[in-house]
Amino acid sequence: MFSDAVATFQPPVCNEVSVRARENVRTATSTADIEITGLSKTFDNSRRVLQDIHFSIPQGQAVALIGHNGSGKSTLLRCCLRLIQPSSGSIVLLGKEIIGLGKAELRDMRAQVGFVFQRHNLVQRLSVLTNVLHGVQARKKGLRTWFQSMAMQEDREEAMAKLQSVGLAHLAGQRVDQLSGGESQRVAIARALMQRPKMVLADEPVASLDPRAGDEVMNLFLRRIKDEGLTLLFVSHNLDHALSYADRIIGLRDGKFELDAPAKSENIESLRELYG
Amino acid sequence: MADHRSTDPGQTVTNCSMPPRFRTPGWKLSLLVVTFIGLICHAFIGTELCSMTVKEIAEMPGNVLHLLQEMVPPSTRGLPKIYKAILETLQMCLVGTVFGVFVSVPLGLLAAKSLSPHKSIYIASRGFVSFCRTVPDLVWAIFFVIIVGLGPLAGTLTLMVDTIGFAGRFFAEAFEEVDSGPQEALSAIGSSNNGTFFSCVLPAAAPSCINTTMFSIERAVQSSVVLGLVGAGGIGMLLEEPMVWQNYREATTVVLTIFIMLVAVEQLNGYLRRQLIGKSG
Amino acid sequence: MRNNTITVQELHIPSRFTAPPVWQYIVALAFAAFFVASLNGSGLTTLALDDVANIPKQVVYIINQMFPPSLERLTMVGRAMLQTLEMALIGNLIGIPLSLLLAILCARNLSPHPLIFYIARLVVTFIRTTPSLVWAIFLIVAVGLGPRAGTVTLIFSTIGFCGRFFAEAMEEVDPGPQEALTALGAGKMSTVICAVLPSTMPSLINTVLFNLEHTTRSSAVLGIVGAGGIGIELMVSIKTFHYDEAITIIFLVFIGVMGIEQLCATVRRRVLQINH
Repeated sequence: MFSDAVATFQPPVCNEVSVRARENVRTATSTADIEITGLSKTFDNSRRVLQDIHFSIPQGQAVALIGHNGSGKSTLLRCCLRLIQPSSGSIVLLGKEIIGLGKAELRDMRAQVGFVFQRHNLVQRLSVLTNVLHGVQARKKGLRTWFQSMAMQEDREEAMAKLQSVGLAHLAGQRVDQLSGGESQRVAIARALMQRPKMVLADEPVASLDPRAGDEVMNLFLRRIKDEGLTLLFVSHNLDHALSYADRIIGLRDGKFELDAPAKSENIESLRELYG
Repeated sequence: MADHRSTDPGQTVTNCSMPPRFRTPGWKLSLLVVTFIGLICHAFIGTELCSMTVKEIAEMPGNVLHLLQEMVPPSTRGLPKIYKAILETLQMCLVGTVFGVFVSVPLGLLAAKSLSPHKSIYIASRGFVSFCRTVPDLVWAIFFVIIVGLGPLAGTLTLMVDTIGFAGRFFAEAFEEVDSGPQEALSAIGSSNNGTFFSCVLPAAAPSCINTTMFSIERAVQSSVVLGLVGAGGIGMLLEEPMVWQNYREATTVVLTIFIMLVAVEQLNGYLRRQLIGKSG
Repeated sequence: MRNNTITVQELHIPSRFTAPPVWQYIVALAFAAFFVASLNGSGLTTLALDDVANIPKQVVYIINQMFPPSLERLTMVGRAMLQTLEMALIGNLIGIPLSLLLAILCARNLSPHPLIFYIARLVVTFIRTTPSLVWAIFLIVAVGLGPRAGTVTLIFSTIGFCGRFFAEAMEEVDPGPQEALTALGAGKMSTVICAVLPSTMPSLINTVLFNLEHTTRSSAVLGIVGAGGIGIELMVSIKTFHYDEAITIIFLVFIGVMGIEQLCATVRRRVLQINH
């Protein structure tokens, strides 16, 4: 009886992940996961936030997006999932044009892309486990994805595995509003991984954390991304992070494409110019 | 359980218990829930919802449709009478609220814990305010009709009591919430209690009090509509007559007029509140 | 004046009163005139002096009649009081889910279409603004005399009150978690159920409790027009000059309403404290 009540937990998805990772590695560089051409965004007050952006990211690459405040980084990221409707241009995600997709197709597309927000965007009043379980809505629908008490056992186990992979399994029953900023962001990462995404977008994932926690979370985040062989596009204010975690750096200034270089060739001094 | 431990050397696996699907409630909560469910079941019988027959339910849309047909077009015959009644209603509200607020300010002072001169006075005034509030306004109206006879006076007195019940409570709360710093400062330089009240508490609580006053006017207009049903003046008196005689076309006119009056008062009130609060805050 | 000391006259002393513009005088005057007319119209000044002298006698007479309260029909009256409370309970039970649905339609940020938003808002405003006794009068014609009409009235009353405040609470909610769920491919329904409802729960509970108090109070008077509950008992005992019975009923109503108020206060304290 006791062993029933305290369910021991073992990660059941370990194998699957490594298989997927290997597959991804095998096909890396064969196709581009994101391909953006001629993307522009003008808000209602006719402020041009993005102008004619072109770039593409091959599978498995980690790309840092840097630029000033107000240079359009967050808008660009949100345009990729049509959380903000772009004004013109084309965005091809995972081989599919997302401009003009119908509601259902768009949702399917969003489901394959994890998104990590600067301010975590967790539901504060729910438990950690419930928040991670929300990620399963990318694949399933209905009542059993809404409440953790009704969720499928396999999903609950998978959520625990994801939580363990970000080192928070011991907090699964806690309410999110009792966590620290770093812990919250790790929960958000677990939620994104719960989607079993093919690609992850992150909008300044550690900007609201103190430097130490920021480094920790960034380390963990990139390790998980690499483990699962995912493509990553992240916005960062922190040049050190951009240089040490990204394979490649893209810079924006005033909504225009300004820089695209492998991370190794850049040094902090030349990047400072973008900010200067 | 030990065999379940992962043997993967690359990962440190800690055995963590998954949170349970449901938290088991304590006996107190369980008892409460069971009682509550029982009450709900009984309530369906008590409100005669259970005993509804299919025939009755089937007839309902017909009834409603029939009623609606009888209601349109609204009759314009009673308009002059309605105009008079509306004016009377608004006048009752205005006088009732103004006097009510005048009584509520000192009463709120006595019922504010931090300002009340004595504990027994505090309890007595608080009890009086909540008595005014808890007894439904129609009951007050019936009472006043017996005492001062049919007509708008009974309604006015009812609205006054109503306002005391509502404004007295919120004035007291507003006075209690006032920052005590300035009061201490004034007391320290030897200001009298009255001086403290008028120079610190009242100005600080003013926005909240104005807000409450405006709300009481709105509330008064809402409740004044139905006071006429028991003969306490106002537009409600015009509502009962056509309903009893099943003259629904006239009733529609009255109801529409009431609706317009209420919406107008709400809008005007909202406008005034924004102006007043905007200036003093 | 030539010497260097500044005299009081030279300082700018704020005037005793700031002079308001002319139109405000006119409005104030008109208001005062209306108020004086109102004193007349509300019947205060039409009281003859001997009438005023009569009032205390009248009050003493009625109070004499009221005491001692009659307990003769206590079981009947008690049953009517129970019915009153039950009408309020059922009214809430059915009204709250309906107002939740309506609130989603008339919350600016959740409404599927601006047109639906305006219509839903208009419906809620109409339901709220029409006094519950007026609803009762009409519903008696539709569903017949008795507690059914009262219950339906209270459903309407609940929709008017809760619909408005639920919608306001939903409009104030943090959009972040909703955006996160949208980004992972969740539908509108899931977003509302998983993000909006949990975040607004304290506010919703508070509104529900206020509504319970409110409906209990109006439930007590619905009987006056024949819509069930204790009101009819009160009406009859007063019309037949049985003031001793009336005071029993008034006490009962007082106890019932106070009881509900206390219960709500307790629940509010417990639930909101724990959840915060």
